[in-house]
Amino acid sequence: MSVKIQFDGETLYCQLNGEIDHHTTLPIRLDIDDRIENCRPQKVILDFTDVTFMDSSGIGLVMGRYKLLSEFNGKLEVTGLSSNSYKVMRLAGLDRIANISKGVK
Amino acid sequence: MIINEFKMTVDSRSVNESFARATVATFSAQLDPTLEEINDIKTAVSEAVTNCIVHGYKNCLGKIYITVKIHDDSKVVVTIRDKGCGISDIKKAREPLFTTLGGDRAGLGFSVMESFTDKLTVRSKVGFGTTVTLCKRIHGRTK
Repeated sequence: MSVKIQFDGETLYCQLNGEIDHHTTLPIRLDIDDRIENCRPQKVILDFTDVTFMDSSGIGLVMGRYKLLSEFNGKLEVTGLSSNSYKVMRLAGLDRIANISKGVK
Repeated sequence: MIINEFKMTVDSRSVNESFARATVATFSAQLDPTLEEINDIKTAVSEAVTNCIVHGYKNCLGKIYITVKIHDDSKVVVTIRDKGCGISDIKKAREPLFTTLGGDRAGLGFSVMESFTDKLTVRSKVGFGTTVTLCKRIHGRTK
C-alpha cells in the first residue's frame, strides 16, 4: 500500500495504490493528514483506481479525512472505486458525506 | 456434507491479515466463484481476523485459528477463532457503528461481515475468546 500526493494550490490529489486494511492504513493516513494540515486544500481527491482490495479500514480512512477537512470547510471526493469498495463505502453511508464514484475499469 | 477442509494457525500480527484472507480465498477458489464472490469472502475474513488482532488480543500476541470447510452444496464455511479477551455483549458489538476503539475505526466490522456473507454467527466468552463463523454459498461462474 502506498500513496502519491500532489497539490496544485487548490486540490490535494491522493493516488492510493495496493491493498487497504488495518495493517496498511496507518502510514498512509499520517502522510495524507500531514499534507492536509500543511496545504489546507479546498478539495481532497482520494483516487482508488489502483486499490486492489479494501475492507472497513477504508471507511475509517475516508471518514477521518472528511472530519479533518470539515474543520476548514474543505470538500472530499472519492473516485475510481471498484464495485467491492463501492459496496463497502455505500454500506457505511459515505455517499452522504462525500462525492463517491466508481472507476471506469 | 463436507468435501474438503483446510486449517491454519497464524500469529495475531497485522501483517497476517492479507495472508489470511488471500489463503482462504485461494482455498475457496475450487468452487469456481465469481470475482465478486471471492472479494466478498476476502473482505469478510479480513474483518474477522482484524477483530481478533485489535480486540481479542488487544494487549498481547496470540494465535488465530482459521478453518475453511467446503460443503458439497457449494457452501464455504469459515471459522475464525481467538483465545483472547472475549466479548461481554455480543448484541451491542454487532450494532453498526459501535466501537470500543477511537480513532479511525468505523465500528462496521460485523456489518460488513453480515452483508458480504449469507450467515454470520458469533460465539464468545469473556476471558476465553471469540469464534466467528462465516457461511457463504458460491453460485460461481459456471453454475
